[in-house]
Amino acid sequence: MVRLRDLIFRWPRQSSACLDIPAFALASGERVFLHGPSGSGKSTLLSLLGGVALPERGEIDVLGTGLPRLGRRARDAFRADHIGFIFQQFNLLPWLSALDNVLLPCTFSPRRQARAGGSAGARATAERLLAHLDLAPRLWTQPAAELSVGQQQRVAAARALIGRPELIIADEPTSALDAPRQQAFIDLLLREAAVSGASLLFVSHDVRLAEHFDRQVALAEINRAAWGEES
Amino acid sequence: MKAIVLLALKSVWARRLTLGIALIAIAIASALLLFVERVRSDARTSFTQAISGVDLVVGARTGGVQLMLYAVFHAGSASNNIGWSSFETIARHPAVDWAVPLSLGDAHRGFAVVGTRADYFQRLRYADGQALRFVAGGVFTDLFEAVIGSEVARTLGYRLDETITLSHGMEGFGPEHGDKPFRIVGILAATGTPTDRSVFVSLEAISALHLDWAGGAPLPGLSIPPEHVRKFDLTPKEITAALIGLKNRAEVFRVQRWINDYRGEPLLAVMPGVALDELWQTLDVVEKTLFALSTLIVLVGLTGMSATLLASLNERRRELAILRSLGAGAGAIVLMLTVEGLLVTTGGVLIGLTLLFGGSSLLAPLMQSEFGIHLAPRLFSANEALLLFAILATGLLASLIPGLRALRMSLADGLTPRN
Repeated sequence: MVRLRDLIFRWPRQSSACLDIPAFALASGERVFLHGPSGSGKSTLLSLLGGVALPERGEIDVLGTGLPRLGRRARDAFRADHIGFIFQQFNLLPWLSALDNVLLPCTFSPRRQARAGGSAGARATAERLLAHLDLAPRLWTQPAAELSVGQQQRVAAARALIGRPELIIADEPTSALDAPRQQAFIDLLLREAAVSGASLLFVSHDVRLAEHFDRQVALAEINRAAWGEES
Repeated sequence: MKAIVLLALKSVWARRLTLGIALIAIAIASALLLFVERVRSDARTSFTQAISGVDLVVGARTGGVQLMLYAVFHAGSASNNIGWSSFETIARHPAVDWAVPLSLGDAHRGFAVVGTRADYFQRLRYADGQALRFVAGGVFTDLFEAVIGSEVARTLGYRLDETITLSHGMEGFGPEHGDKPFRIVGILAATGTPTDRSVFVSLEAISALHLDWAGGAPLPGLSIPPEHVRKFDLTPKEITAALIGLKNRAEVFRVQRWINDYRGEPLLAVMPGVALDELWQTLDVVEKTLFALSTLIVLVGLTGMSATLLASLNERRRELAILRSLGAGAGAIVLMLTVEGLLVTTGGVLIGLTLLFGGSSLLAPLMQSEFGIHLAPRLFSANEALLLFAILATGLLASLIPGLRALRMSLADGLTPRN
């Protein structure tokens, strides 16, 4: 599903690499918890996986496609087709309704629109997802800005899931939620990823959330750039 | 593409309060620019088309421009009249082919009343030498008969044989000549000149109206009913101006000098073309200044819109990152912001057009009565369309600034904006 080899990433005008990952892999359908303190390069890694940033060298294969070899447009299209992102908070366009936010991936990716039931069926799919994630129908047409943080995160999850992308990347999606809701959201995410058959890469600084995942990885373990700092 | 435009539309709608202010600025600015252009082109048309085939316009000594304004455009009023005997002397000059007297000063519901002779309708030409044409009836033949211009007929809904009364003074607020009504015997075809907004009666009728008047008011205790006025000598004592045609145009300077040196009273003769050029030059500076100013105002309006969009970008970094994560590429980000700016510009221009139409029809009577400029009602001319296009093109450029700025920000931010 995801395979990194000899990956090196350096910010412009910096002498030492930010990421130096000899090898990392994520199997199809696998749900992995990746943790690391803030500033350790987690976000950079996610940008590389999404094809938004390019490595200095090394391989990034997602679904067998080498992202660095694709052009910018092709990487944008690849991201739209195969990856669903969930961020910390303010995940939604505040001036669109919850339903329209869920449908956004379908406007950028014909593939995901087709997999969500085509132009006619996508709306029903979005509604089904929202219902499945326990969002009351009266909230569907409300502007996203009027939803609570917890509701917004569930809308974001539905958006990441629609059109069944193969990879879901969640970047600290629970940090804005209170403790009881954190675990509930993670369970929901694990369950939905399993239902749609997607791999899940869950990134957080909070190791306590890791217990229900197939595997947990510390970024410092796989990132050689961090080794020097710790020893 | 379509999805991005739709998103931009929704985004603009969500920001309608702040962007609305920019939109109003653009609307007012473009309305102003278009109005200046409209007045300019209509002034040109009004001034160049109004009179043709007349070699000299004669009036009491005053400025050439002023004489043209009141004698031809019925704007403002004459400071002095000329004696009837002077007119007769001029008309008898061997070089003069024809002379038509004009007597101004009365009005009918805001439209100028022109006292003249029946031959006015054959002599006066407009545009490139076109003659006046009647759509109904014909020239007045009797004392209390009137011919009206097309706009008088249209605005007031007059038909043949209706009776109207005239009032004293050009503004139309003067006392009424209510005791002597006129019958409409002719309606002229539209010309786009001051003729359309005039009521024509005979010179004798003007005399008859003022038999029992002195100093601009009815004489107390004296009232001469219409059936008795014919007993009086109705030959006018004074007229306001005269239009002159020469047998040979080459003599125009000689005749002009002769009239300007006329010993009986101080007179002024102007060649319409020369006076119009003079008038035009006076207006030219004003018009160019106004045009430059309103162009600047449009630029200020568009800059304001660009600034509003730019200012919103900081709080939108998160939105841009979300769009990027969904697969929006560089092009989509630029497109979205640019379309937003273009939507505001287009909206502003559309509202500006509405303001222009409203403002033009509101100001048209004033422009006609004060400056003799006939603002033709219309959607927009080719020149105005060009201006509209220029505003939109500049708006596109102004929108590209926030568009490109958004692109730079979102490329730097990737999926995780720093804010």
